[in-house]
Amino acid sequence: MKELICIVCPKGCHLKIDEENDYKVTGNGCERGAVYGCKELTNPTRVLTTTVKVEGAAIARLPVKTDGDIPKQVLFRAMDEINRVTVKAPVKRGNIVLKNLLGLPINVIATKTIESV
Amino acid sequence: MKNYDVIVIGGGPAGLAAAIAAYENGAKDILIIERNHEAGGILNQCIHNGFGLHYFKEELTGPEYAGRFIDMLRENTKAEVMTNTMVLEIGPDKTVYAVNSENGYMQLRAKAIVLAMGCRERTRGAIAIPGDRPAGIFTAGTAQLYVNIHGYMVGRRVLILGSGDIGLIMARRMTLEGAKVLGCVELMPYSNGLNRNIVQCLNDYDIPLYLSHTITDIQGDKRVEKVTVSKVDENRKPIKGTEIVFDCDTILLSVGLIPENELSRSAGLTIDKRTNGLVVFENMETSAPGIFACGNVVHVHDLVDFVTAESLKAGKSAALYAKQEKEVPSDIIEVANGPGVTYTVPQRLRTERVEKFAELFFRVNNVYKGVNIVISSGGETLAAFKREHLAPGEMEKIVFPKQLFDKVKDKTVTVSVVKE
Amino acid sequence: MMWLAVRQALGAWLFSRHNNGKAQRISLSTSRKEMIQRMYDVAIVGGGICGCSLLYELSKYNLKAVLIEKENDVAIGTTKANSAIVHAGYDPENGTAMAKYNVEGNRMIKQLCEQLDVPYKQIGSLVVALSEDQLETLKVLKQRGDKNGVPDLKLLNHEETLVLEPNLNPEVKGALLAPTAGIISPWELAIALAETAVKNGAEVLLRSEVAEIQKENGVFHVSTGDKTIQSRFVVNAAGVLADKVSSLAEKVSSFTISPSKGEYYLLDKNQGNIVSHVIFQCPTELGKGVLVSPTVHGNLIVGPNAEKGEAGHTGTTADGLDYVRKLSVLSVPGISFRDSIRNFAGLRANSNQDDFIVGESKIQKGFFQIAGIKSPGLTAAPAIAADMVRMLEDAGLELNPKDYFVNTRKVYRFKHMDAAEREQIIVQNPLYGRIVCRCETVTEGEIVDALHRPLPPVSVDGVKRRCGCGMGRCQGGFCGPRVQEIIARELGLPMEQIPLDRDGMNIITGTTKQ
Repeated sequence: MKELICIVCPKGCHLKIDEENDYKVTGNGCERGAVYGCKELTNPTRVLTTTVKVEGAAIARLPVKTDGDIPKQVLFRAMDEINRVTVKAPVKRGNIVLKNLLGLPINVIATKTIESV
Repeated sequence: MKNYDVIVIGGGPAGLAAAIAAYENGAKDILIIERNHEAGGILNQCIHNGFGLHYFKEELTGPEYAGRFIDMLRENTKAEVMTNTMVLEIGPDKTVYAVNSENGYMQLRAKAIVLAMGCRERTRGAIAIPGDRPAGIFTAGTAQLYVNIHGYMVGRRVLILGSGDIGLIMARRMTLEGAKVLGCVELMPYSNGLNRNIVQCLNDYDIPLYLSHTITDIQGDKRVEKVTVSKVDENRKPIKGTEIVFDCDTILLSVGLIPENELSRSAGLTIDKRTNGLVVFENMETSAPGIFACGNVVHVHDLVDFVTAESLKAGKSAALYAKQEKEVPSDIIEVANGPGVTYTVPQRLRTERVEKFAELFFRVNNVYKGVNIVISSGGETLAAFKREHLAPGEMEKIVFPKQLFDKVKDKTVTVSVVKE
Repeated sequence: MMWLAVRQALGAWLFSRHNNGKAQRISLSTSRKEMIQRMYDVAIVGGGICGCSLLYELSKYNLKAVLIEKENDVAIGTTKANSAIVHAGYDPENGTAMAKYNVEGNRMIKQLCEQLDVPYKQIGSLVVALSEDQLETLKVLKQRGDKNGVPDLKLLNHEETLVLEPNLNPEVKGALLAPTAGIISPWELAIALAETAVKNGAEVLLRSEVAEIQKENGVFHVSTGDKTIQSRFVVNAAGVLADKVSSLAEKVSSFTISPSKGEYYLLDKNQGNIVSHVIFQCPTELGKGVLVSPTVHGNLIVGPNAEKGEAGHTGTTADGLDYVRKLSVLSVPGISFRDSIRNFAGLRANSNQDDFIVGESKIQKGFFQIAGIKSPGLTAAPAIAADMVRMLEDAGLELNPKDYFVNTRKVYRFKHMDAAEREQIIVQNPLYGRIVCRCETVTEGEIVDALHRPLPPVSVDGVKRRCGCGMGRCQGGFCGPRVQEIIARELGLPMEQIPLDRDGMNIITGTTKQ
């Protein structure tokens, strides 16, 4: 039995998830909580937001994010790969700065438009 | 002197939304004055996601949320944005004194003004943390600027004081950039941050949260070296003998935000002692006719989506005021906070100017489960709203029909938390 | 505007006049030779208010004077952390050096601040009596003050006191009014004095901790680790470290310093008008009480307590701050400590002598002391400096006044300008149109100007002490990173090398993505 605080809404239900019983969730206030609880234990994923180096702009770092969820356990490996990227201004919001992060079907995209100076 | 219909002071999310709404409601000459080199405000450094779930129905990062509003402003309005410009004073007759390098010292006149200056962070001095005064003590927002915009690391071994959202977000951010975050220390027995941030910023990275604890000593000659954390009793006083000493080089403070109202004070506007923000009417008008306010300058929000909603209202009101339409005379009802409620916004309602429904935003003083929010007047309950869960960190909203005003006595309504 | 170059010499910064706006470095070898060959008439150890005052006085004459300071800036010790009061002079016992220098210094400081454009306000002080007994103490203080030559002292009754200060404890029995007391920016005075001295040809050697003082053939050799300075006279103005410096010359110091630590609250400007005079409590057998005063920058200062201190340790404590808070509200009950913007502690250089120690060492001829300069040291400093010059002359120093001595200084403060002045200065220099510190309304123009003055700052706090940016309610949260960038740009240094204050107080530890 694992315990988790649900983050689907601000109520913060205390979920109990039974790994030995098909990840049955109790303590949830709604169905979304059950889905969250199960996924969090079987396949936890996150969107990673960070920055990359940028040249020729008024700021030194360009904010970026993964365009979809990546497995939680690869967050630091993903950081290592993203940290090696340097982009040149100008960049538009939504531009891909790194394709297939860690070989996943996930791209890293710019979250801000920056002009060149 | 240059004249405008509406001058918006501050180009963050509040100012952008206000300018867009002002334009959509008929204001023509609109100027946003922004002190930074670009619009977007603090969202530019809030690179994490979680913004926009209410307004855009999707999850965006701070720069994306700001970027969309900047695009809307550019594409759909003729509003002018003056960057790198600081407003020094608001004089009588809605004269705005501002300065920048290009235009020098300016006197601008507006028919209506929207104040959208946001807020600033409380500092070490404000909470009087004792100890040495070495380098390595930052407010979380300042650290966020260094790390996310300028690309500098502010430390390697970090302790965070305060579990507000910025502190939690920075715990994760510093960890991802290679620092060791030793813990997050919170004076209260509960966190002021969103659950989601506790889980995804602390738990994901095994960063301990010390509830009912505070920093009682800082040691370090040049840079922070050691920090002492003590447990506190129910009166928030440190308990001797509970000290934990952390070897760290950095402290990030996330100990509260204060509405940035220096300009408002100089303009003589009424400030609410509970929010440290401006006192506003139902249409976000301040105590001075034609001066409106929205966003964190009124009260500190936890969701930018609510800032946007409030600012659209303020922008619209400013546009209507600038048209100089005749104002409807009205009674004024004061909104008082009863037990459990720390403040309400708006603080004053002009009954005749409320459209069908009145909206009240408020915060509570503790964590409550299964309670009613009661609106009463003269000891009589006018309306009750059931709430499963209330927490000080989460702003609440109630909406009630205008007809309720008929039952109000002594021109006051009180909002309270009542246990079932 | 005077442009000056910065020369780095032997790890220290040596400043002299130049006509080039950019910072430049001179090779170490040239500077080393130059330094060793230079023979000074007077070497001052310590860049606090006393050292800076003396350097200024000496720079009026055709002689070679150098001030040696261990930190990266002047005014970085006790001078930056005290009550910032110009005392009237009723406190010191009759006939003491403290009494003489206090009353003289009070007169001189006003004039100096005017000439050198240093914030100063003569707001007067009140010592308040909260019991009948204390009224007796006030009488004693008045008599003592009259004898010391303090002008216009006046005893006030209950009503008169409350008329002057309506926010005092309504139980106040009476007060001693001293109209000549004032408030000042102590660090700005020290910086102004040092800057002006440098402008007049005196030298300041920063980042130089004196390790040895030897006398050979009537000449002092002052070593600071990697370099040696020769000087005919040495003046010890090393503050809380004066006994250590003295022991270098005297072998066994003729006095000891036991620093006493005082903790303070600095409150937001919204509290700055709660009183309009310096409010002292009546001294009792329990202590001197704490003062409440507006600062010259518009804030409210509350403190200090007095605890045993240690050189180099200026941390605050929960108990100390608690004490200051509790005691202060006895005289001014309405102070809102919610509006605290900063706490700090400073050290007083108390010696084992009752009086200031000012004069030539009895053990080592040519070695002079300005030591044990506790309160009212700030007020007394200009008078001590003037007297020290006379003492040096008596000891053989020739004083030939300079034909051309710069005795004025102007600092442009955008905040205090009217509309026309603001328009004009931005036209002349657009950097004055860029506000860097929003709390205190400080422009980039002022910061750049400070960075090119004769004694330029090298740290964020160094800029703060000169321009006021970061002194406001957000305490540099907003302007700190921007000031750091401007310093890096103007001095041609990487951001990582710009400290918060003293060398080694690194703000950032590197870049991300490395």
